[in-house]
Amino acid sequence: MSTSEKRLMKGNEAFAIAAIRSGCRFYFGYPITPQNEIPEYMSRELSKVGGSFIQAESELAAVNMAYGASAAGGRVLLSSSSPGIALMQEGMSIFCSVQLPLVLLNVMRGGPGIGTIQPSQADYNQVTRGGGNGDYHIIVYAPSSIQEAVDMIGKAYEVADEYRNPVIIAVDGMIGQMMEPVVLPEDQGYTREEDIPKKKPWALVGHKDQRDRNVIKSLQLKQELLEEEIMAYWPKYERAQRELPEYEARNLDKAEVVFVAYGSTARVVLEAMEILQKEGIEAGLIRPKTLWPFPDQAFENLGDNVKKVISVELSQGQMINDVKLALNGRHHVDLINRVGGMLLSPAEIAERTKTLMGGTK
Amino acid sequence: MGKAIAVLGHYGSGKTEFSVNYAMHLKRSGVKTALLDLDIANPYFRSRERQKMLEEMGISIYFNEYGFDIAEDLPAITAKIRTPLEDETCTTVADIGGNDSGARIMNQFRKYFLAKETERYLVVNANRFETDTLEGALFHLRSIEEETGLSITGIVNNTHMLTETTTDDILKGYELCQKLSRSTGIPIVFSTCAKHLEDELKAQTKDDPDFRIFPMTLQMRPSWLDVPVG
Repeated sequence: MSTSEKRLMKGNEAFAIAAIRSGCRFYFGYPITPQNEIPEYMSRELSKVGGSFIQAESELAAVNMAYGASAAGGRVLLSSSSPGIALMQEGMSIFCSVQLPLVLLNVMRGGPGIGTIQPSQADYNQVTRGGGNGDYHIIVYAPSSIQEAVDMIGKAYEVADEYRNPVIIAVDGMIGQMMEPVVLPEDQGYTREEDIPKKKPWALVGHKDQRDRNVIKSLQLKQELLEEEIMAYWPKYERAQRELPEYEARNLDKAEVVFVAYGSTARVVLEAMEILQKEGIEAGLIRPKTLWPFPDQAFENLGDNVKKVISVELSQGQMINDVKLALNGRHHVDLINRVGGMLLSPAEIAERTKTLMGGTK
Repeated sequence: MGKAIAVLGHYGSGKTEFSVNYAMHLKRSGVKTALLDLDIANPYFRSRERQKMLEEMGISIYFNEYGFDIAEDLPAITAKIRTPLEDETCTTVADIGGNDSGARIMNQFRKYFLAKETERYLVVNANRFETDTLEGALFHLRSIEEETGLSITGIVNNTHMLTETTTDDILKGYELCQKLSRSTGIPIVFSTCAKHLEDELKAQTKDDPDFRIFPMTLQMRPSWLDVPVG
């Protein structure tokens, strides 16, 4: 396949190709809808480029297999959907405790519990706050299109290696299942075993009597030492909060109402904004591209023109809490949402916005 | 048994969009029409999502026994799908799941699709990554034939790039389908195109008497997916 040409791809297929072209050579997973095209593609293609695909007996097994591959310096992809990600939380906490890189795709479906197979964003708290124990953060990207997801996957591998930390790319099921024209990245090749020590001096590739042993272990029974370890890695999270936040802003200087939305929901909002504009209501959008660190700076300079801030989510008011923190009391924040796998339509957002605005005019 | 058209093809070749449009076309031309959603491979974008619209048009749609439950992830179909296939007055469009694995479901209904007046169409999008070469398209055609025991009787050139489609895409796909047609002896039945490209495409292909256009209107894709983002 040529690299510069546009291809019509299903989200999940494009994600898998993007991971391989970013140097991923290890995939471990357990099937779950709506992300099954990822393991399906990996099972067929990864061995052709010298990689390893293993269908694990569970998501817990998969995340622990990834732990081994990442410790040995390989680039790994894990993918799952919401309840499967829940099962991987323990592993993610361990990855953070020993500072190992990992890229993980969460193609979100309705929850809680086993839930539905339809699109959802109800894992916002799960991915940004985590269900694992201890002091850690996961870096989270939230693309709105297949192209953006493909580009973010390449970036996620770089960020994961640089920060030695898991990075989640959180997409709702719609982005995994839909088709879009996409330009795939150039193939970077992968880091060969002999080159791993140069790039990842901490990796477990055998000391060959040339250096001290590398040790990667999560258990630290001496509390003084554990505190020291946490304090030693914590500045990287502060750096992440300064350097990594990304967002798109539209029409904020004119907007009477500012929507905050990410993923496919932001696209529904864009059409809702067109509807509102025809009815004389100026709307703007803040679209976080990173959910952690959250792009607080996008909210810093909202002018007096802004009468309403509305968090639009496929969850029962999860991102809204980060919006409130970012605004720090400067604006009241309303919520427009659907849950359980139900989608918002542009017309519904426009109608509910008008109702909310009627209350303040 | 009535007339039946099985719509087969690679994942994402556009089988569902074509099936829904083709069923609507048949109905509009006065034919008693049924649509079978036999997609047991995909969880989203299945023709059953348009049940209401199709039934309002008078097209019967059959899928599983769980009613209008688009979230159903069970690979189940209803025994009722034999109803239109047994009905001699009805023309049935069968929308089959992707690739040979999705087409496996056809085995139990093979007898309905063996009759002389039935068609088995292969939908090809030359912009899809596994069917963008003759080898790729031929591989998918043969695997589907082997899996179902049914021979393909017509090729539908459904080459597009969603809203970015130009007539160049369609003509490029036509070229690939011609190669596929020459190497298999299977005729190209249609090239699909969005309504707004129809006149341009007609003008460009006026000298080719074999070039038949099937204009389509997207039924499965929500409008907000085509608002530019980034």
